[in-house]
Amino acid sequence: MPGSNEHIVSSYEEELTELARTISEMGGLVEKAVANATEALIRSDAELALTTVADDKKIDAMQNQIDEMAVSIIARRQPVALDLRLVIASIHVANDLERIGDMAKSTARRSTQFEGIAMSVQFKNGLRHMGELVQRQVRLALDAFTGRDKDIAVEVVERDTDVDALYVSLFRELLTYMMEDPRNITMCTHLLFCGKNLERVGDHATNIAEQAYFLATGKTLVADIGDLKREQIKS
Amino acid sequence: MSATETQASPVHQTVRTPDPNAHPARLKADAVSVFYGEKQALFDVSIDLPEKSVSAFIGPSGCGKSTFLRCINRMNDTIEGARVAGKITLDDHNLYDQSLDVVELRARIGMVFQKPNPFPKSIFENVAYGPKIHGLARSKADLEEIVITSLQKAGLFEEVKDRLHQPGTGLSGGQQQRLCIARAIAVGPEVILMDEPCSALDPIATAIIEELIDELRSNYTIIIVTHSMQQAARVSQKTAFFHLGKLIEEGPTEEIFTNPREKRTQDYITGRIG
Repeated sequence: MPGSNEHIVSSYEEELTELARTISEMGGLVEKAVANATEALIRSDAELALTTVADDKKIDAMQNQIDEMAVSIIARRQPVALDLRLVIASIHVANDLERIGDMAKSTARRSTQFEGIAMSVQFKNGLRHMGELVQRQVRLALDAFTGRDKDIAVEVVERDTDVDALYVSLFRELLTYMMEDPRNITMCTHLLFCGKNLERVGDHATNIAEQAYFLATGKTLVADIGDLKREQIKS
Repeated sequence: MSATETQASPVHQTVRTPDPNAHPARLKADAVSVFYGEKQALFDVSIDLPEKSVSAFIGPSGCGKSTFLRCINRMNDTIEGARVAGKITLDDHNLYDQSLDVVELRARIGMVFQKPNPFPKSIFENVAYGPKIHGLARSKADLEEIVITSLQKAGLFEEVKDRLHQPGTGLSGGQQQRLCIARAIAVGPEVILMDEPCSALDPIATAIIEELIDELRSNYTIIIVTHSMQQAARVSQKTAFFHLGKLIEEGPTEEIFTNPREKRTQDYITGRIG
C-alpha cells in the first residue's frame, strides 16, 4: 500500500512518530552494544567491556519507555490497521532489542574474565567473523523495520542460516582446540558461550525482521516464507 | 460489451476479501445505484450479506451507506425523485419486483433507527402493533406470547414486565431502543436493518444493545450502519466501507480492521484524511 497520509488528530500522529523514533534510537544503542561487545572481546579491551555492561541499563530503560508509550496509545487511541501493527510490532521489537542488549552485556562481561589467560589469536577469528555477520543482521532488520521493507526482512530471515552455520563451525573449531590441549578448555568454553550469545543475537534479529515484515504487509512471515520456498522450488 | 458500457466511465472495482467461514447469503445486492433527481448518490453497489451474521457499513458522512441501507427495505420509495437501479434479492426474489407488497416486505426486513422512536402507546401496544396489523396472532393469548417473547429476545422483558401497560416513551433511551428492536422482531423478520442504533445512547446502554445484536445474530441477517468504527469492529463479522457513493472494500471485519487492502479504507479507519 502506498505511503499513508497523516492523521487528522496531529497529537496521535506525533505519538506514533515518537514511538517509531524511540525504536530507532533503541536500535542504535543496541547496534552499538553488539559492536562494542565484539570489539571488547576481540581486543581484550576491559574498559570498553565495562562501558558496554554499564550502558545496558539505558537499553533496559528504553524498553520500559516503549512499552509505556505503546500501552498508552492502545488505551487512549484504539489504533487499528497499520497503526495497530506498528504499536504491537514495537512492543515485540523492543523486547528483542532488550534481549540483544543482554547478549551483548553477557559477552562483554565474559570478555573481562579471561584477562591473563594466554591464547592464540586464531581462537577469536571465528568470533570476529560471526560478530560482523550478526551486526549486519541487526542493522538490516532495523532498516527493514524503519523502512517497512519486506524484501530486506525476508533477506534477514533467510540469512540467519549463515549465522547458524557459522556457529556450528565455530563450535567444531573450538572443540578441536580443546582436544589439542586441555589448557585451552577454559578459554574455549568462554568463547563458545560468546559464540552462543552472538548466535542468539542473530535469532533476535530474525524476530525483528519478522515484525518488520508483519508491519509492512499485515501478514506473518513464517506462513509466507513457506509459500516463497514453494514458488522457488517450482521455478 | 454493450454500447452504454463502453461509454461509461471506468467501472469502479470493489476490493473484496472472501471469508471462507461466512454463512450463506440470502440477501444480495447486484449493481445497485441510487439517484436523487439528477444526482447519483450510489454507484453500482454489489454485495452479499450473509445470514446469521452482522454486516457493518462504515464510511464518512454522505458516503451512501445509509442510502444503501434504505434501499434494502425500500425506504427510498418514500423520497420524492429518488430512483433505484440494479437488483436486491432476498432468497432470489427481487425486492424491487412490481408485484411485491412493500408492507409485507418491511415485515420481513425490519428496521431500527438512530433515535429510538416508540409509538406514543404502552410498551405492550408498541410490540403488539405489528403482529396485529399483519394478522400474526390468532388470539389474545397468542398476541401476548408474541409480545413477551419479543421483549425477551430484545433483552427488555425483565426490566418492564411489571409495567407493560405504561407508555413506551417513559423508558430510558437504551430501553426505548430495545423496545424498538422488540417491535421489529415481533413481526418475525428475516433481516434487521439498524441505522446508527446506538448513537443516541450512553456507553452502558450501547454495550447492552451490542450484546443484544450479538445474541440476535444467530437468527437473523443483521445489517448495521455506524459511525463508530470501534462498534463496527466489535459487533460485525463483515465490514463494508463506502466512500463517495461507492463500495470501496468489503471483507471479514477482522481483515478490514487489521489489514485493509485499499488505501482509502486504511486512511478512513485509522483516522487519516482520505
